[in-house]
Amino acid sequence: MALILTEDQLILRDMARTFFDEKSPVERMRSLRDEKDATGFHRALWKEMGELGWIGIPFPEAVGGADMGYGELGAVLGECGRVLAPEPFVSTVLLGGNAILLGAPEPLQKELLPEVCSGERLLALAFQERGRFAPTEVETTATREGDGFSLRGEKTFVLDGHVADQLVIVARTSGGREDRDGLSLFVVDAQAAGVEIQRTEMVDGRNAATVRLDGVTVGADRVLGDVDGGFALLDRVFDRATIGLCAEMVGTFEETFERTLQYLKDREQFGVKIGTFQALRHRAAHMWTELEFARSVVRDAQSALDDDRDDASACASAAKARCSDVAHLIGGEAIQMHGGIGMTDEEEIGLFFKRLKAAEFTLGDGIYHRDRFAGLRGY
Amino acid sequence: MSESLDAFRQEARAWIQESLPEELKSGPRRGAPKEALDRWFQALTGKGWLTPDWPTEYGGGGLDRKQTQVVKQELKKARAPVPPASAFGTRMLGPTLLEFGTEEQKLEFLPQISRHEVQWCQGYSEPGAGSDLASLQTRAVREGDEYVITGQKIWTTGADKADWIFCLVRTDPDAAKHDGISFVLFPMHQPGVKVSPLTLIDGNADFSQVFFDGARAKVAHLIGPENGGWTVAKRLLQHERTTDGGSEGGITGAMKETFVDLVKREVGLRDGVLADATLRQRTAAQEMEANALRLTMRRAGEEARAGQSTRDIGSLGKYRWANMVKAEQDLAMQALGAQGLGWEGPGFEAVELQRTKAWLTTRSDSIWGGTNEVQLNVIAKRVLEIPE
Repeated sequence: MALILTEDQLILRDMARTFFDEKSPVERMRSLRDEKDATGFHRALWKEMGELGWIGIPFPEAVGGADMGYGELGAVLGECGRVLAPEPFVSTVLLGGNAILLGAPEPLQKELLPEVCSGERLLALAFQERGRFAPTEVETTATREGDGFSLRGEKTFVLDGHVADQLVIVARTSGGREDRDGLSLFVVDAQAAGVEIQRTEMVDGRNAATVRLDGVTVGADRVLGDVDGGFALLDRVFDRATIGLCAEMVGTFEETFERTLQYLKDREQFGVKIGTFQALRHRAAHMWTELEFARSVVRDAQSALDDDRDDASACASAAKARCSDVAHLIGGEAIQMHGGIGMTDEEEIGLFFKRLKAAEFTLGDGIYHRDRFAGLRGY
Repeated sequence: MSESLDAFRQEARAWIQESLPEELKSGPRRGAPKEALDRWFQALTGKGWLTPDWPTEYGGGGLDRKQTQVVKQELKKARAPVPPASAFGTRMLGPTLLEFGTEEQKLEFLPQISRHEVQWCQGYSEPGAGSDLASLQTRAVREGDEYVITGQKIWTTGADKADWIFCLVRTDPDAAKHDGISFVLFPMHQPGVKVSPLTLIDGNADFSQVFFDGARAKVAHLIGPENGGWTVAKRLLQHERTTDGGSEGGITGAMKETFVDLVKREVGLRDGVLADATLRQRTAAQEMEANALRLTMRRAGEEARAGQSTRDIGSLGKYRWANMVKAEQDLAMQALGAQGLGWEGPGFEAVELQRTKAWLTTRSDSIWGGTNEVQLNVIAKRVLEIPE
C-alpha cells in the first residue's frame, strides 16, 4: 500500500476537519475540563460520530461497522488530535473494541459491538497496575469459581473507566507476576457487584479511572481469547491501539508545530521577529524533519495493519517509539519557544503540551517500544 | 504493478545476469579484476543504463520514470558496481545540462557522461568560503572567445583523476554576491591548472586543492547566461542532495556486515537479548532511523507524483542522512571499544580498520554538500517560510 492518503481518505479527512473545526474547537476541551464535566466528553457528539460511521470504521459490517482500515481511522483520529477532542476513541474503539473484536465469541460480539459502533455503548480496557507501561505485570487474579471466575485486584489508569458500560479486565489465571503466560481477559459489566470505580483526573484533562475488583463474578462465556493465553490477544490489541493512538498524535504534532511556527513568525523581540534567530530556526527545522518522520512511520504502520503484513508489530513499536519521542520534543519546544506566555493556562499551547505528554506515556514510551522492537528484530 | 512493467523487470534482470561478469556477482568488490569491471561498465554504458532515464540521442536508455526505477532496483539487487566517481557526471552535471544546456552543449557532453568516458569534478568550494558558497573569488576574464581563469578551489573530490571540471567563477566582480557568478566547463589537463591532493583525518586523499593560473575555458562552454550561474549552481546542488538522501544505509551499504550484526557480535546476546541495555536501545533507535528516512523519501516521492505536495525534501534527506550515517559509525565504534581505535598493522582485523576509517570518513557527511546548519537554514527559509 502507498504511504500517501488515497482520494477517499483525503475526502474523509477533510470532512472530519470541517466537523471538528465547527463542533469541537480547542475551547471545548478546555470548558469540559474547567466545568469538571461528569462525562469528560460529549455523548451527543460521540453519537454523531457514530451516525457518520466513524466509530465503526475498523469493525465488520456484521456488527454494524464500516469494515474499513486503519488508514481511514487514522484520517479521523488525526483530526481529533488537532483539536484535542477527548471523545473515547482510544478506550472504546482501539482498546475495548479491539479486545472484543479479536477475542470475543460471536454471540458476545453481536451483543456488544453494534452499540459500540453507534456510539451508545462505551468500553474500557483495564490492564495497567502501575505507572510505567508493563503489560505482563499483572497481580489481579481470576480464580475459577463454579463455571466461571472470581476477580480480585486493582487496576489503574483505565482510560474512560468511569463511564464505560463494560470493562475488559486483564487478570492472572496462572503464572508469576511478570509471566506472559497465565493472563486472561474478561468482560465485566461496570455495574456488577464488587466493581468499584473511582474517577481520576489526568494532566491532559482526560479521565483514567482506578478500578477495584472485589470478588467480581464472571461467566466463562465472558472470557476473551484463551484462558491463560490472553497475552497474545492483548499484544494484537495493543498493536492496533498503538497505531491508532499514533495517528491521533500526528494530528496533535501538526497543530502544535503549526501554532509554534506561527508564533515564531509573529512574535517580535529586540525589534525583530524571533523566527529570524538562527538558534530557533534550526530547532524549528529539525522539528519539522521529525514531524515528517513521524508521519512516514505512522503511515507505514497503518499499511502494515491494513495489508496484514507480518511486520505489523515491529511497525507499531517503531511508530510509537518515534511518536513518543516527537511528543516530548515538539511539546517541550512549543512551550520554550512561546516563552513565558506558553507557561500560562490561558494560552492554548499548554493544553497541547500536556496532551502530548499523556499520549507519550500511553501504551508505552520510547524506551518501552525500542526495547520491544529490538526483541522483535531478534536482539 | 502493470504487466508490461513486470515483463520489463524480467527483461532487465535477465540482461543484468547475462552481462554482469561472474567475478562481480559475489565476493568482495575490492580486488575485483579490472578487466571484468571494464567489461561490465562497457556493457552498462553501451545499453545506456548508467543514465537510464536520459534520451537515447544523448546516450541514455530512453526509459520512463517507472522503468528507470526498475533498472535501478535491479542493479542494486544484483549488487552491480557503477563506475567510481561517475556521480559528478551522471547525477549532478548531466541533469543540470539537460535543463540549462544548449542543444550543442548537450550533444557535446551528455553522451560522454552517459558512457563514462570523462571523469568530472566539481569546482565549487573555495578556501575561506566554506558553506558561504557564493563568496567565491575565482575570477574569469573574457579574452575573445575564451575565459582566462585565476583563483583557487578546495575540497575538490577526485580532482587528481578528473579530465574536466564544472566550475563556478566570478565574471563580474562589481555585481552583488550572487549576481556576478558564471558556470563554466573546462578541461583539467591544460597549463594553468595545478592539482594538489589533501590528506584527510581518515588517511584518504580523495580531495584536492586546485589552483588556476591563467587556465582557459571556451565561452561556448558557459552553461546558462554569463553572470547567471548561481541559478544553475543551485539546481545542481538540488540534484546532489536528492541523490544523497535517496541512498540507503550510507557507508554500511558498502560493508558486508551491518552495524546491527556488528553490535550483536561485539556485545553478545544474553537470553536472546543484547547484553547491554543502553546499546540495545541505541541499536533499535538506529534501525528505526534508517527505516524512517527510507520511508520518508519514498513518501515524498509518492506525494510529489500524486500532486499532493510540492515541498522540497532534499535538505531533509541530506541532513537526516548525514546524521544517520554518522550515528551508525559512532554506534559501531562504541561496540568495538578500543578495538575500533586501530590505525594499521597487527592487532586489528581488516574489518575493524575499515570501521575506524569509515567512522572518520563519515564525520564529513554533515559538512560537505552543505553543512547540517546550511540544510537547516534552507528548511527554515524555503519549507517553513520563516522570514529572515
